[in-house]
Amino acid sequence: MERDDLIVNDSYSLAAHHSEEKGVKIRKNVIKVTVILTLITVVEVAMGIYFKRSEAFSWTAIKWTFIVLTLVKAGYIVMSFMHLGEERKNLRNAVLVPYILFILYLIFIALSEGIAHFDAFDALK
Amino acid sequence: MAGEATKAIPKDVLWGGGRSPFSVSYGKMMMWYFLVSDALTFGGLLTAYGFVRHGAEVPWPIGEQAFEALPGLEGSYPLFYVALMTFILIVSSVTMVLAVEAGHRNDKKSVIKWLGYTIIGGFFFLGSQAWEWSHFIHGSGGAYQLAQPVTVNGTLDNGETMQFTLNAGERVFMDHHFGHLMEPYLKGSNNIFLTEGAEGIAITEIGDHGHSAKLDFLTLNKYVENKATVSGDEMKKLWDARSDNFVFGANLQFSEYTQHQDYAGFFFFITGFHGFHVFSGVLINIIVFFMVVRGVFERRGHYEMVEKIGLYWHFVDLVWVFVFTFFYLI
Repeated sequence: MERDDLIVNDSYSLAAHHSEEKGVKIRKNVIKVTVILTLITVVEVAMGIYFKRSEAFSWTAIKWTFIVLTLVKAGYIVMSFMHLGEERKNLRNAVLVPYILFILYLIFIALSEGIAHFDAFDALK
Repeated sequence: MAGEATKAIPKDVLWGGGRSPFSVSYGKMMMWYFLVSDALTFGGLLTAYGFVRHGAEVPWPIGEQAFEALPGLEGSYPLFYVALMTFILIVSSVTMVLAVEAGHRNDKKSVIKWLGYTIIGGFFFLGSQAWEWSHFIHGSGGAYQLAQPVTVNGTLDNGETMQFTLNAGERVFMDHHFGHLMEPYLKGSNNIFLTEGAEGIAITEIGDHGHSAKLDFLTLNKYVENKATVSGDEMKKLWDARSDNFVFGANLQFSEYTQHQDYAGFFFFITGFHGFHVFSGVLINIIVFFMVVRGVFERRGHYEMVEKIGLYWHFVDLVWVFVFTFFYLI
């Protein structure tokens, strides 16, 4: 039996074909992203080893640096490796917007409920 | 990727029905939606981890001190192994992106090559994780709880001497040569003997593979701030104050890394759930690999299936990037 969804889909999939020359350009970009991701990982590990937690500097600043570097890495993976940057803008938004909203809400609720719990237990002492 | 997505299409045509307004196939769109929901699961796990960790009343283990072993090597290599695992996963993500790119040129031979490398990378990662788990469960020498308070002088990593006042119930850590003989000894092994004399404290296993380990030093705060080693007479004081409560390695109830019972649980659940994703990813990659070899996609005229499993594989890499930061680095 022929599946009609496959036939319709083929038009989108076939549109993604590219030529030999474009392939060379794409591969060059892949190597660039690889180097960036590797360098960031090396920097992260070096920071982890170099900065001891007991020393007098702001561990909070280091923590945020880790988080920002992670988000940069995530951005490269999603936008470049997963090609989300090259998809139509509405697909990009349909993927990213709900996720970011949910995650921000989850962090917010964990923090605010956590603080409420803490205060409640504190009041019992 | 790209293709029709870069083409300008009037809004009324795009949303007028009879076509995907996203210009992607049903399968690819559903893969994206699946990944969004899966990412929420991991987001929930990491948030729960942060929640428990922040509320913990005992110090949480520091990644660089809890994960510093390399297979077959003595000494301290903080985070090297995890960094290597991260690198393996990034590289296998790169080979996957190259397989997808080759698919867009209908280059069957290159797809086979790059997809093959991706599968090998996946196996390497799974193997690394198996070793990591085994090491984590096995522990690095174990610890015992003090039966009574002790005050000792310890040497910090930077060479300074510091006085520690320890309460009953606090943990003292053994090195792995001594601790790994102590574990079977405490379980009642017949051919292991503990000797305490003028030459010091030693534990000896007799038999064909018998060997001996001397207690040269004990460690305080092994996995948290102010790690210090104690040796000589001071060490004897610590040793004599020991209770019968020993802990070796980790399981779902307790671990030597911290007295917080959830630390090991989160390690097992988060890295295990991710490892399960890698495992299923490798299986899917193998299935598609054989479909490519048999020419299924050549006949179909496009390699979109490689692109779809590629999305899943990159996602696995993406999750690891976050696990690496939140579990190991911070």
